[in-house]
Amino acid sequence: MDWFDDWALTLAVFLPLVGVAFMALVPKDSEATHKAIALVTTLATFAVTIGICANFDFDHSGTPQFEVDRTWIEVINSRYHVFIDGMSLPLLVLSAFVTVLCVIYSWDHFPEPHNPKAFLILMLVLETGMNGTFIAEDLILFFVFFELVLLPMYFMIGVWGGENRQYASIKFFLYTLFGSALMILSFLALYFKAGNTFDIPGLMAEAPKLTSGTQTLIFAGLFMGFAIKVPMFPFHTWLPDAHTEAPTVGSVLLAAILLKLGTYGFIRIALPILPEGAEAWAPWIGLLAVIGIIYGALGCLAQKDMKRLIAFSSVAHMGFVMLGISTLTDYGINAAIFGMVAHGLITGMLFFLAGSIHERFHTRDMDRLGGLLKQAPHLGWILGFTAFASLGLPGLAGFWGEFPAILSAYNPASSLNESVFRVYMVVAAIGTVLAAGYLLWMYQRVAFGVPTKEFENAHIHDVHMPEWLSWAPMLVLIVVLGVAPFLLFDVTDDAVQGVANVFRSAGDLAGAGHDH
Amino acid sequence: MLANAWVIPAITFVSFWLILFFGKRLPYKGAEIGVTALALAFFLSLATAGAWVSRPADFEVEPPVKTGESNVHEEEHAIAAAVESEEHAPNGHDAPAPSGEDHGAEEHHEPIREAVQREVTWFENGQVTIKAGIHIDGLAVSLLVVVSLISLLVHVFSTSYMHGDERFTHYFAALSLFTTGMFVLVTASNTLQALFGWELMGLCSFMLIGHWWEDSKNSNAALKAFFTTRTGDVGLLVGISILFFAAGETFDIATTNHAALAGDIPKGVLLGAAAALLVAVIGKSAQFPLHTWLPDAMAGPTPVSALIHAATMVVAGVYLVARLYGVFWQAFDIEAGGYNPVAMTGGVTLLIAAALAFVQRDIKKVLAYSTVSQLGYMVMALGVGAWTAGIFHLFTHAFFKACLFLGAGSVSHSGSHHSFDMVDDMGGLRKYMPWTYRTFLVATIALAGIFPFAGFWSKDEILLGAGENGYVAFMIVGLVGAFMTAAYMFRCVYLTFFGEPRGAAAHHHPHESPPSIVVPLQILGVLSIVAGLLNAPGIEKFSEWTSNATVLGAGVEHHEFSIAAALLSLAIASGGIATAYAYYWRGVRVGAAKYDRGPTGVVYRFLGNKYYLDHLYEGVIVRGIREPIARGAYWFNQKIIDGVVNGAGIAARGLARFVYEVLDQRVVDGVVNGTGLASEGAGAGLRTMQTGKVQQYAALMLVGTLAFAGLLWAFV
Repeated sequence: MDWFDDWALTLAVFLPLVGVAFMALVPKDSEATHKAIALVTTLATFAVTIGICANFDFDHSGTPQFEVDRTWIEVINSRYHVFIDGMSLPLLVLSAFVTVLCVIYSWDHFPEPHNPKAFLILMLVLETGMNGTFIAEDLILFFVFFELVLLPMYFMIGVWGGENRQYASIKFFLYTLFGSALMILSFLALYFKAGNTFDIPGLMAEAPKLTSGTQTLIFAGLFMGFAIKVPMFPFHTWLPDAHTEAPTVGSVLLAAILLKLGTYGFIRIALPILPEGAEAWAPWIGLLAVIGIIYGALGCLAQKDMKRLIAFSSVAHMGFVMLGISTLTDYGINAAIFGMVAHGLITGMLFFLAGSIHERFHTRDMDRLGGLLKQAPHLGWILGFTAFASLGLPGLAGFWGEFPAILSAYNPASSLNESVFRVYMVVAAIGTVLAAGYLLWMYQRVAFGVPTKEFENAHIHDVHMPEWLSWAPMLVLIVVLGVAPFLLFDVTDDAVQGVANVFRSAGDLAGAGHDH
Repeated sequence: MLANAWVIPAITFVSFWLILFFGKRLPYKGAEIGVTALALAFFLSLATAGAWVSRPADFEVEPPVKTGESNVHEEEHAIAAAVESEEHAPNGHDAPAPSGEDHGAEEHHEPIREAVQREVTWFENGQVTIKAGIHIDGLAVSLLVVVSLISLLVHVFSTSYMHGDERFTHYFAALSLFTTGMFVLVTASNTLQALFGWELMGLCSFMLIGHWWEDSKNSNAALKAFFTTRTGDVGLLVGISILFFAAGETFDIATTNHAALAGDIPKGVLLGAAAALLVAVIGKSAQFPLHTWLPDAMAGPTPVSALIHAATMVVAGVYLVARLYGVFWQAFDIEAGGYNPVAMTGGVTLLIAAALAFVQRDIKKVLAYSTVSQLGYMVMALGVGAWTAGIFHLFTHAFFKACLFLGAGSVSHSGSHHSFDMVDDMGGLRKYMPWTYRTFLVATIALAGIFPFAGFWSKDEILLGAGENGYVAFMIVGLVGAFMTAAYMFRCVYLTFFGEPRGAAAHHHPHESPPSIVVPLQILGVLSIVAGLLNAPGIEKFSEWTSNATVLGAGVEHHEFSIAAALLSLAIASGGIATAYAYYWRGVRVGAAKYDRGPTGVVYRFLGNKYYLDHLYEGVIVRGIREPIARGAYWFNQKIIDGVVNGAGIAARGLARFVYEVLDQRVVDGVVNGTGLASEGAGAGLRTMQTGKVQQYAALMLVGTLAFAGLLWAFV
């Protein structure tokens, strides 16, 4: 299986583009062919990621695996360097997994103006960008994938979106591009200051030697690039617009994967390469994170549009992820990765549901909805289940992103101020009450009660086959990860140690060794 | 069986899934699965109890080692380690510790039964192994028996009570899941797992209170219950986090207790943890001032009220305190007497809720406030250091309160045509419903605390403990509460079963309920009489069985039965009954004034409005957050933050056209590396867009980018 070791990651990234090439040759009218190609391509990509899992050495999840390091752009010493470890594997699998489900979900309801060919091609290009970001180990390569994601999403929103799609899509595009511009400047600064390389492992060795002030300034650019993508308060305003206007599948991919590119950037690039910069920024990141938790929740409470509510809830949930990262500890970063996967599944699921409800009632105004459990009981139950998962009920996946993040804030890395983070801990814990508030009020307004006059006699389909097929795997995973958190923690922990060790003082390290 | 007690929650968990997926296709719509599972769980709980009782009491608990108070010797640390490792004994995973036997101890406790702890690795995080498992001791066993028995009876009761309900199957599925949650909580060996059980119950409570969700009154009650307990859970999350680090990165309860008692945890940290956990207790066990959700929770089906909102879930908070007693004992210095937050929470709650029980018309609300009040007794008992008394009251209360709730259910099912209004729709039912009446009366006497019924023994122990441990004020509170309890319960008995039938009871031919309802009542009635004998003087089995290392380690004192104290509480309870008798049966009125007018009217209105707490919570806090605060935040979001984004662009409009040209060259060029397609597409997209906005953003972006580039240029 040597060839698989060499080619697996490349396949996982570029197979979708092969699908795109085939689809480009097929005329637009053969919709069935397009769907088939898209499904086969995404399934094949998913199969490759499963193959990677099967051949992954879980006992050494902290060491790079499936590594490929080839010449790419020699003039700037940028290389095609990719590998996977315990931090990126879950996200890569999630990305491939969710894309398959999105293709299935779209099967017989493409949003207006229809055109499955273009829509599916965009989805596949998107997948290449997403998968590539999670394996890139060279800053330029990372940047290319990171930016590649923008375009398909831009068109998805701009062409297939809601009424206000033009404003939303351009805002999304330019806002993230702005962050990227600052990010590439920081990349360049790193290149010139730390050994003329874009190689991430290489920079991990060189860049920490920079002075604290330099690190802090360069970190600022990385922060802007990643924080906008997450998005963190106060750089989040592109998100509700983009989500509200995006077609269902676009929202799902945006929530499930695209937001994680930002948080992943923090743990893969910003923290390990610029540890002193991270230490200087961490209290502020933590502060913005907990503001985001409360603020996002308040934003949710003010909504009447179900989809916009879910969009705001992402701000709150990503706040928990960022709080975990800002502690610079193994607990916190493990929680963050779990939170990313859990949020991907749960919020992705909520967007599916919001889309399906919109399709049935042609509105997402919660004042006009009601009694969903009466008209479409399965849909109603699934919405309830997902809402509880989203509010962090133990036993479901969301809990493991939320509680360990709160836990980690009690004991942040030794260079950080404990008292400050303990205040963050309490504020974040209060955020869980508000989360229950907005999710259950949403559920009450949509599902409980009896249908409003407007829809009293409407014939509402319960969950149909493509929905079952695309949702069931997510629902099962939400439960499985909820009761068996070791499926993720045991994978991520070793790799996370590599990041967290940088922030441990010598004494901590000795103590940590002693404990176990 | 002790080491295999995990099968008990496993059974009900499987039952949940079976009912959910296959229930509707079965002849009894899934009820048969639930009843069978609970019968099995009850049988296994009894087997566990048998195994526990027959377990030899040969475990010696060393006296507490308090580094905080005496000189610290290395030896004493060794003892601490020894106790800890022995607690884990059967599958001890700790390193063998040096024996501390050669150390001369000042006092020796009676040997007790050694707890059984069995664990498996759950996951690894931060290089720390987190385990999941069971910790079985007398406390866990007694709860297992109570929970499985009452859940079984409620299942049987519900087959008739819920017959024909639209969501009969879901109801039974939720009951099974709920019972699983409670089993998980009581058998948990660590706080993280306890949190699972705790929240699982919260979920089921939500589902069952809102069972008839078509009516917004019910779904509001369900949401209120969830929000209020969730507010308390902030404390649980924080408290568990603090204890995790304080106990040396472990969730293990025995280790945590031991660390707390040994003085290994700084007092300030312990105090923070205990205070946070107390908030959780206040939420879950409906203590003042977060008790308001429990009366509203009566919107759920009555058997649910009996099981969840009287006998089991609401005692979870009490159980948490009893489980983590080492933490509370040390943090609040319970040994010292006087006052402490736990005792005060319980004391205030028991009086405040008892007073509210007087002004209710709805029989379930009387019982709900009574439950709040009795939970106050339990919390107070733990607060005054009467550990055994607190959990013994939890034990006996479960029987008679479940009996009362199910009795109320029987009345509404067959006597008052689904009404719970005692004043308008009941009266005189004793003639029509003899068994319901008898069992209700027995349970009322037990609750009032009349010799030799169950409540007498447990309440007496609480009062005695408060008096003997230096908490005299709380003993008086308890005595006042005893008077009120007796009086409001007999008011309830009178309005329901005496006088002439009124309203629905007069018009709808009341009759006795079917056996599936009456038999559970009879069983609970018998238990309401005899359960207290388990810890009567001379028998005292309950104390012996539940004794554990934490309680002995803390040095919790056990007091001999006192005839004088017993007579006093008996006299006061009888006084309460006599007062109710005089007022209702004999019609004696003090003065001519009606109690809802004049000076007493103020009190009456104050009580009728539930101390205006609901106005505060719903009208001020919740509405405040949902409306001005949330709307304000959203306004801020749309106008200010987004305004900055849009506004900065407008400011740069003068430069816009020029900038656009430059940007088109530069930024797109920057992206273009390897993405020729991308730039082309973006360019095409940009041109079709409304140019004004594009220019604004573009200007903003360029200014920002240039500024940052300048910074890097200058400083890096």
